[in-house]
Amino acid sequence: MHHIDPSLIDWSRAQFALTALYHWIFVPLTLGLTFIVAIMETIYVKTGNEWWKKTTKFWMGLLAINFAIGLATGIIMEFEFGTNWSNYSWIVGDIFGAPLAIEGLMAFFMESTFFAVMFFGWNKVSKRTHLLSTWLVAIGSNLSALWILIANGWMQHPVGMHFNPDTARNEMTDFWAVVFNPNAYTKFLHTISSGYVLASLFVIAISSWYLLKKRDIQFAKRSIMVAASFGLMVSLFNLTTGDDAARQVAINQPMKLASMEGLYEGKSGAEIVAFGILDPSKTLKDKKDPFLVKFAIPGGLSLLSYHSFDAYVPGIEDIVYGNKAHHIMSAAEKMQQGKKAVAALKAYKEAKKEGNVQEAKVQRSIFEANSKYMGYGYLTSPEQTVPNVPLTFYAFHTMVGFGTWFILLFVIILYLTMTNELHAHRWVLWAGVWSLPMGYIAQEAGWITAEVGRQPWAIQDMLPVGMATSNIASGSVMLTFWMFAILFTALLIAEVKIMATQINIGPKEADHV
Amino acid sequence: MFNALTTLQLQEYWWFLTALLAALFVFMTFVQGGQSLLWTLAKTETERDIIVNALGRKWELTFTSLVMFGGALFASFPLFYATSFGGAYYVWMAILFCFIIQAVAYEYRKKPGNVFGEKTYEVFLFINGSLGIILVGTALGTLFTGGHFIVNDMHLSHWTTKAYGLEAVLSFFNVAFGFMLFFLARLSAALYFINAVDDASILSRARTVLKYESWIFLILFLYVAGSILTMNGYTYDPQTMIVSVEPMKFLHNFEAMPAVAGIFAIGVLLLLAGLYMGAYTQSDKGIWPAGMGIVLTVTALMLILGYNHTAYYPSLSDIQSSLTIENSASSRYTLIAMSYVSLLVPFVLGYIVLVWRAMNREKITADEVENDPHHY
Repeated sequence: MHHIDPSLIDWSRAQFALTALYHWIFVPLTLGLTFIVAIMETIYVKTGNEWWKKTTKFWMGLLAINFAIGLATGIIMEFEFGTNWSNYSWIVGDIFGAPLAIEGLMAFFMESTFFAVMFFGWNKVSKRTHLLSTWLVAIGSNLSALWILIANGWMQHPVGMHFNPDTARNEMTDFWAVVFNPNAYTKFLHTISSGYVLASLFVIAISSWYLLKKRDIQFAKRSIMVAASFGLMVSLFNLTTGDDAARQVAINQPMKLASMEGLYEGKSGAEIVAFGILDPSKTLKDKKDPFLVKFAIPGGLSLLSYHSFDAYVPGIEDIVYGNKAHHIMSAAEKMQQGKKAVAALKAYKEAKKEGNVQEAKVQRSIFEANSKYMGYGYLTSPEQTVPNVPLTFYAFHTMVGFGTWFILLFVIILYLTMTNELHAHRWVLWAGVWSLPMGYIAQEAGWITAEVGRQPWAIQDMLPVGMATSNIASGSVMLTFWMFAILFTALLIAEVKIMATQINIGPKEADHV
Repeated sequence: MFNALTTLQLQEYWWFLTALLAALFVFMTFVQGGQSLLWTLAKTETERDIIVNALGRKWELTFTSLVMFGGALFASFPLFYATSFGGAYYVWMAILFCFIIQAVAYEYRKKPGNVFGEKTYEVFLFINGSLGIILVGTALGTLFTGGHFIVNDMHLSHWTTKAYGLEAVLSFFNVAFGFMLFFLARLSAALYFINAVDDASILSRARTVLKYESWIFLILFLYVAGSILTMNGYTYDPQTMIVSVEPMKFLHNFEAMPAVAGIFAIGVLLLLAGLYMGAYTQSDKGIWPAGMGIVLTVTALMLILGYNHTAYYPSLSDIQSSLTIENSASSRYTLIAMSYVSLLVPFVLGYIVLVWRAMNREKITADEVENDPHHY
């Protein structure tokens, strides 16, 4: 294996993170708004009421502005696996490429084909065909998310494969295990439902702003009713899927769970931190309390993770240094085995090249015996297995805190809408407006938790990021990073300005812009 | 069903699907060609709106074809994905930049509150339609001429020049390939407008473009086709997998696969027929024979590139690192699994055709564009 410049790893990570964070500004809104638009158009087709058609078209116009830029950033992500993570593309491409290709075929074509009908087909196809097209765009965009999250879920919990020393890569052995990976499904349901929550917040924020400005009253009230009902339903669902997702993390990625909770020393009956401030001077094994301040619920983490108040939850130090009492192997032991596997693989390849069958057989058996921890063989210290704890902790708690607030907001708005008192409570309307940026922050925080929490692994416990990068000059990646940063930012400014102008024009004029 | 196939047959099946996707993508680049013709065919704002809206209903299909092409390569030939994208870094990044700016240009160009102005997005469309396609063509040209990469024993690759793929422009063949694709895209765009637009001025200018640019395209095509038939190719021994140079390899491939040669000949004839119909008759149907011709011709070229024990991506740094459909493919298991998924292709093509027909039943007019509240 070649030497990798550490700054190359950092720039490659930074570029992928930049693309992913920008991409995720746009995607969740598309995931949710397509459904909200489809529901509104269904009401129009059922009732024949032209008002609903106009409302549908207004939200559809905003969807289009958002959709295009999501598409643009999405294509970058797909190709960045090749451009910036070329070793990854070979080492796991046999498994990882499949869901990406299926996404293109099953979902992306559906989305893009019917998108044209949805926007330009109002006078070209029948009402029902148009409605079908709108639903197919919604289904297509969500199917797209499904396959992407099957791919991402596999990175978090690799299943259905084995390492083939002859090709020096992981190869798929069970397609259905990859497709029905429980980690992927909890991630998918949690992710799309969070997208629906964001779309509901989007509709509520804009409608609240209209009510505050005392304009488009009927439009705003009806839109809020649809969005708050939809939002409450999906946010409760989001809560349950979040619980499932956290349990998957507890089972498959204990280090990530410990980081999410700032849990350095494992314990039975571990508490869950509702609010906390971490001590920035905390280091491994210093025996200091990791928190300066905290409010925690006793036994909560054990209960949520393992369905028992007394369950033992391993801490960061248990995972790094091992805990014999709880049968937890240390990272150093795993590294030792991993290095044996790496050396045996190299010796096996050399023996095969020289035609030394006997030696190849011996080295292969050594490799097989140690291959489970091969990924650890590329690490240089046990402490490398620890992700950025403060970032993971604060991102996770921001997501959960904001998510809880959204449920409360939906309940309040729905109640006030049903009692026809919403316009009299201006603070609620302002809360509706300000919850939209909170929604975006929660979305990004969720992905930061998921991706930062699994570092240093590109594939959990199997392939560290340092082994996954392309072997190119870090200056080249630095250059493209800044080019992307400038371009994405310029496009974001353009998008926000166009969106704001369109909202300001409002639904009354929606047919004339 | 697919379990009965040998591993080589599965690899050939996937190379065929990849070839077909590449061919469909090349046909769909009429969108890019149309963008590059924006200021040639349209002299007024209304005419520009007609052009942009005629293309705006199809651009996502081109975009999706490119994504699908990438996805299929990743799933079926991951070593190419790793070697070319991770090595020819600057070329692929430049292509990606050209495609990002296209995606937003249609939607943002005419919107109120557009901070960068209408003209900026028209420039974006032009860059995507010209530079984007020339770069894609240049990159495709390297499949014939090769790249500067080395693949080690662990199948991990790296590029050996600091230009990371940009050196491809130093090959006249690669650049000619890029410009050939560029003119082909412009010609198919002109044929598409003749078929989809009802505006006398645009149609007249489109026919003029066909009359003159067909000759430029034909000169480039003859040069590229002649070079391919006479150039050295890279062959490999199926037993030892050792790669060696074979003079006129692609001509030999046509001789060894007469059916592919037939597809190529029919493709070229259909393309010429389509161009003739557009340039010298009043028919508006030239896009169909030309489109069919493009798909057949590109498919045939891709097949002689990968079949008959040919290295489809030769290494100029280490000949034994050259990629073949056998050494760069996914495992047999994955190819079989993905082959079952590929049975969805006819279904997807079917609904694309249905939607295309429904949306293009009536030609696009100035009235329609001006009265459509969601026009681009």
